[in-house]
Amino acid sequence: MDFASSSSPHLSGPQSITRVMGLVLLALIPGTLALLWYFGWGVLINLTIAIATALLAEAAVLRLRGRAVGAALIDLSAVVTAWLLALALPPLLPWWQTVLGSAFAIVVVKQLFGGIGHNPFNPAMAGYVLLLVSFPVTMTRWLPPEVVSGQALSLADSLHIIFAGMPPPGQSWDAISSATPLDQMRSELSQNHMISEIRQSPLWGDFGGRGWEWVGNWFLLGGLFLVWRRVISWRIPTSMLGALLLIAGLFWAIDPETHPFPAFHIFSGGAILGAFFVATDPVSACTTPRGQLIYGALIGMMVFVIRTWGGYPDAVAFSVLLLNMAAPTIDYYTQPRIFGKRGRDDAS
Amino acid sequence: MAEPRTIGSFHGGLHLDDHKALSTGRPIETAPLPPRLILPLQQHIGQPAEPLVQLGDTVRKGQMIARAVDYVSAPLHAPTSGRVIEIGPRPIPHPSGLSDTCIVIEPDGLDTWDALPEPISDHIHADPADLRERIRWAGIVGLGGAVFPTAVKVNTSGRQPIDTLVINAAECEPYISCDDLLMREHAADLLDGIAIIRHLVGAGECLIGIEDNKPEAAEALRRAIADRDDSPGEVVVVPTRYPSGGEKQLIQLLTGREVPSQDLPAAIGVLCQNVATAVAVADAVLRSRPMIERIVTVTGQGVQRPGNFRVALGTPAAFLVEQAGGYREPVGQLVQGGPMMGFGLHTDQVSVTKATNCLLAASPAEAPAPEAERPCIRCGACADVCPALLLPQQLYWNARAHDFDKVQDYHLFDCIECGCCAYVCPAHIPLVHYYRFAKTEIWAQERDRERSDLARRRHEARLTRLERLEQERKARLRQKKEALEKKTGDGKADPKKAAIEAAMQRVAAKKAALQAQSGNPGSE
Repeated sequence: MDFASSSSPHLSGPQSITRVMGLVLLALIPGTLALLWYFGWGVLINLTIAIATALLAEAAVLRLRGRAVGAALIDLSAVVTAWLLALALPPLLPWWQTVLGSAFAIVVVKQLFGGIGHNPFNPAMAGYVLLLVSFPVTMTRWLPPEVVSGQALSLADSLHIIFAGMPPPGQSWDAISSATPLDQMRSELSQNHMISEIRQSPLWGDFGGRGWEWVGNWFLLGGLFLVWRRVISWRIPTSMLGALLLIAGLFWAIDPETHPFPAFHIFSGGAILGAFFVATDPVSACTTPRGQLIYGALIGMMVFVIRTWGGYPDAVAFSVLLLNMAAPTIDYYTQPRIFGKRGRDDAS
Repeated sequence: MAEPRTIGSFHGGLHLDDHKALSTGRPIETAPLPPRLILPLQQHIGQPAEPLVQLGDTVRKGQMIARAVDYVSAPLHAPTSGRVIEIGPRPIPHPSGLSDTCIVIEPDGLDTWDALPEPISDHIHADPADLRERIRWAGIVGLGGAVFPTAVKVNTSGRQPIDTLVINAAECEPYISCDDLLMREHAADLLDGIAIIRHLVGAGECLIGIEDNKPEAAEALRRAIADRDDSPGEVVVVPTRYPSGGEKQLIQLLTGREVPSQDLPAAIGVLCQNVATAVAVADAVLRSRPMIERIVTVTGQGVQRPGNFRVALGTPAAFLVEQAGGYREPVGQLVQGGPMMGFGLHTDQVSVTKATNCLLAASPAEAPAPEAERPCIRCGACADVCPALLLPQQLYWNARAHDFDKVQDYHLFDCIECGCCAYVCPAHIPLVHYYRFAKTEIWAQERDRERSDLARRRHEARLTRLERLEQERKARLRQKKEALEKKTGDGKADPKKAAIEAAMQRVAAKKAALQAQSGNPGSE
């Protein structure tokens, strides 16, 4: 009797790319619901637009490249990219900007480099940065959390703003929008206000912007789930947030009136989302254990540096992209000691 | 027993369903002799054995039918009495599915033994060289699957002295249970073998490493140890985690010592032997039995009656599967060895060799066809499970890019091909396949390089030789010339030269005359 034979091992584990991406999406749900809760319908509309665009763009490019479309779409990687991008966008961003960012992430940053597994940069963050440098006005026009504004935009109003690009009749941008806490902190500090004065404002909660600070918790929950399920390693989130905490704590200890306290940095902007979901993107991050610690720590420091002295209020996207470039080099110099080789002098 | 030993640990590894209960339900059965025994000449690492018999010869059980031709080689013995009916190429159990020279014996059913050497019963006082010679004669090779000649492995003279003998009873691959059953039923023989090998290499202690999913075997060993007064070894139970039975992993588990990269355990004073090998050593030394049979696990959802069988070497796989009740359809793959490191057989016409510890007839659900390979997403799950602490991903990228220098920088040759990385890969990349490919390419390149080096050396040697001859010729000429000049320089008239000049003058005159003659008729 004859048999077909394949190369060993003949067993394979339950893991698949679809499963990994699916778990990431699952872990994003609590934080996404929190965003939805605090910022309303715009979040959902952005998500829908971004995901639809990403899937269409992915399918179109794969067809042009003559690759199997089905297998690539069900791996859910395009959905993860679009989802992360949408979470970073202001809830009332004009629809075509969301489309542009999502399509750029998939077509240019992911597929032109060879598709899944080959992109040196995180596509979602590259898409975000493209929009931020191209449309600084709309990209910094956030909504205040509903707990602060006390009013919710209806679905119809949200749709109107997003698709018409202007506030509904009788309302003005000033009435609707607000800067993010990071932005606020930045502009007030630049006017030489003291932190103690700044925090008098009703925008501020216990350690971050009101509303904002709680979104971070929910993303943290999802992130810990991913660590527990071993989808991501603890190293990058820990070293990134640790480094951010450390350097922010250092400056805060020197002068607490001009440097916000460390927890503010952690619970504002994209720090937690970035630490667990963006910096850990395996394709563009470091893969060696020591390399991951260095990579995460450098991102954390870079976030602080850009937030404090740079030109943009938030810095996670820039920091991640900068360190994406360094990842291969860090990996090269942090190869683990292999079995049976002792000490570093043996590393040759 | 003594206080529990602290057990070390190794990096990575997997918790796999062991599926051993499938084949451990019954004691070892002795399989009947098949109508034909097919014995490949190469059942070990090293040079293939050289036939000592010819077509039509009658052979007796235990008679050496092929001899070892090199230090790293092993002889072959007739598993039963009968007649040699063929010496030629037959399919052999090898991943390539190729054929190789086999001796085919038709048993006569009498099972007549050949004259055997005297048993060495006082092995404790025997000369180690005699013991090694006996092991070599018996054709014993590592029965855990590596089939390296045991006589070579136990010859540790000239290296660091061996202080610890490690007996590999981990049997970490799923499905396989031949060592388990052997220990349950032949614990005393194993201890005899251990005592012999310890004496042979002078090991002060012996640790028997066994996974905790084999409590019966561990208990049998402990009882057998208690029955003796020479305490040949200590049973150390290790957690069930693949690949704890990897030689270097087991040594680390039991002794906490790391075998240096690309070196042998002997470098740290350890010798590792498999359970079945130690039993074979006892058989050879105490009972003068050559290696002519082994225990084989026949298992998987694809056979009717899984179990362990004592099988004459050369028994065709198809015949052995019949003894296990035949196939239970559907059968996806027939694997020799375990599901993690074994290889798929192309046909069941190949026979049981010294390397065959298991025949796994796997249903399609047990060993599913490989899923479509997707691009690597660099998740690093492979590095998390690699027991050699390699970066499987970097190995993959470089092997794929045919960058064979870089792939060696990432320590390709420290890979033990355990398959953990491929098992966990979410992109279903057959990583081990890439590593084997790279290793084979590098070996081929090295062979080519050696060949071209040889050719270059030959060419260079030829050039120097020609150069030397030319120099010598020139030197001779120069000498002659100098001698000549010396003579002319002396002022003496050279009679030869004068004669030549005279002759040349004559020729010139003749030529002129001829031309004049031929010119005249032309002008007529």
